[in-house]
Amino acid sequence: MLKYIIKRILQAVPLLLLITLICFTLINLAPYDAIDSITTPDMSKAEIEAKREAYGLNDPLIVQYGRWVVNILKGDFGYSLLSHTSIKYDLKIRIPATIKLVLPSYLTAYLLSIVLGLVAGSHKNKWPDKLIDGFCSVGISMPTFWFAMIVMYFFGYKFRLFPLMGMHTIGLEDSFADFMKHFIMPYVVLTVGFLPDLTRYVRGSTIGQLKEDYVIVQQAFGAKRTEILFKHVGKNVLIPLITKLGMALPMLVTGAVITETIFSWPGIGSYFVKAISAMDYPIVMSILVLSGTLVILGNLLSDVLYCLTDPRIKTMK
Amino acid sequence: MKKRNRRLENVVYEFKHNKQAIFAAIYLCVIICVSIFVVFVNIDPDAIDVVHKLEFPSSAHWFGTDDMGRDYFIRVLYGGRVSLLVGVLAMVTSITIGVTVGMMSGYFGGIVDNLLMRLVDVFSSIPWIIMVTVFGLLFKRGLFSIIIVIGLFSWMGIARLVRSEVLSAKEREYVQYARFIGRHPARVMTGHVLPSIFPTIITAATAEIASAIMMESALSFLGIGVAAPMSSWGSLLQGSQQYLQKAPYMAVLPGILIILTVYSFNKLGDVLRVFVEPKITAGEKNE
Repeated sequence: MLKYIIKRILQAVPLLLLITLICFTLINLAPYDAIDSITTPDMSKAEIEAKREAYGLNDPLIVQYGRWVVNILKGDFGYSLLSHTSIKYDLKIRIPATIKLVLPSYLTAYLLSIVLGLVAGSHKNKWPDKLIDGFCSVGISMPTFWFAMIVMYFFGYKFRLFPLMGMHTIGLEDSFADFMKHFIMPYVVLTVGFLPDLTRYVRGSTIGQLKEDYVIVQQAFGAKRTEILFKHVGKNVLIPLITKLGMALPMLVTGAVITETIFSWPGIGSYFVKAISAMDYPIVMSILVLSGTLVILGNLLSDVLYCLTDPRIKTMK
Repeated sequence: MKKRNRRLENVVYEFKHNKQAIFAAIYLCVIICVSIFVVFVNIDPDAIDVVHKLEFPSSAHWFGTDDMGRDYFIRVLYGGRVSLLVGVLAMVTSITIGVTVGMMSGYFGGIVDNLLMRLVDVFSSIPWIIMVTVFGLLFKRGLFSIIIVIGLFSWMGIARLVRSEVLSAKEREYVQYARFIGRHPARVMTGHVLPSIFPTIITAATAEIASAIMMESALSFLGIGVAAPMSSWGSLLQGSQQYLQKAPYMAVLPGILIILTVYSFNKLGDVLRVFVEPKITAGEKNE
């Protein structure tokens, strides 16, 4: 097991290097000059040159890339070109904010989807299924930001129940009630965003499982419908769903880019969007590495979980 | 005796008995026709009329006017042109890349397969929203670049799908024979393998249009999609965000049209799947 995990991680390293190299090259090819965001218009040419030298922007690309990789390995993500703040420090504040939003939403959606999916799958083509599946079809087609706008209009503007932006009211940073007030709208939007896809997945595998022989055997023994569904089918449906849990790991960082932007939630998503529009490439690269790493770790995690939960898979290649 | 095409019959059956599918087909015909022929309507979508700005829906302006007094209904219809165009062309781009990569990978196998599949892994390791925004910066903002960017980052699923189909198509006798008599690989692929996986591609393509429209609207909403004078459903929604309190009606129409369009393309894809995977649906009907 441990050998397998180490092997997988070693395989992932070149992949990650390749991804960052491609992005690094492309960002350097971009029709922008990184120096523009450091300098001010009243600087002389010599001053700009000096800055350029100081930031190492005159070195060949591969040297710059090497320096960047070494720094990342040391845990130094560099500094924002625009605000000159340490990216590491920014990330330390922003990642927990995103997790606070994404984790509860994903877990809610996850649990709800198991129930809804089982109900829909077992009542195939009857009204509960039609209702749930209809909701999922519409949900998948609905842009998150549109739903967010509608929620904002009704609960923010019309009924004035919840504040529209941010995570805290200034001066009330420690108040939990205040946090909850800010939290509820993005939370609902995000949950609704995650839900349809997961529900469909559970529904699909429930339908598949109900065709299996063991269900017929249970029926022959006179087991109750609900008992078969939650005791036997439920267990088998959960196995593939657990792998989804691993793959959801990167969402803790990038799962809410749009929702965070629209609600001005101070998380990674809005940080990233701001960095993108300002061409603040050290930030963009850091987030890229972070999400790439999490994707790879997430895939690994889901494989490991799969092996742990399904005793049929013993051999690991 | 004429051979019965059971697959086609299944699709027709599905169409006749699935009200949502009928709705989707009719809706798509209407929206595509409207998008094509809206240029013949004698209302200028860019006609500025400051006196009548941010007016509520009335008989003169069915869906009100925007912040510059432009008729919103006609703007939404013009926005649909952009959204649908991006959807279709991005789909063509991603299908082209996906099918090429998938075919080469499945047909040649070995080292080619290995390399191409690692490429697919690289592309799928980063969440699309991050990749697309980074790449979106490199190109000048415009219709063309957004199509390329979306196409470049949505072909991986298709490549995997096509690869697995090609792997089984490769084993058929007629393909084996064509290879045996020394046909050029390119001709075997286009002449023999491609036709047999065509239904799969069509099905994937319809779903691809839907996801491309979603991606475009999200990008435009984040302000990195189509640029200012041009407008798509996504950028109209972005514009309406500022006026949400004063003119909530502006947020309604583009959103509903996105939902209906994406829904319809997805539904159409589901129905076409009956053709590709007859077994699945045959089972479903009997229950």
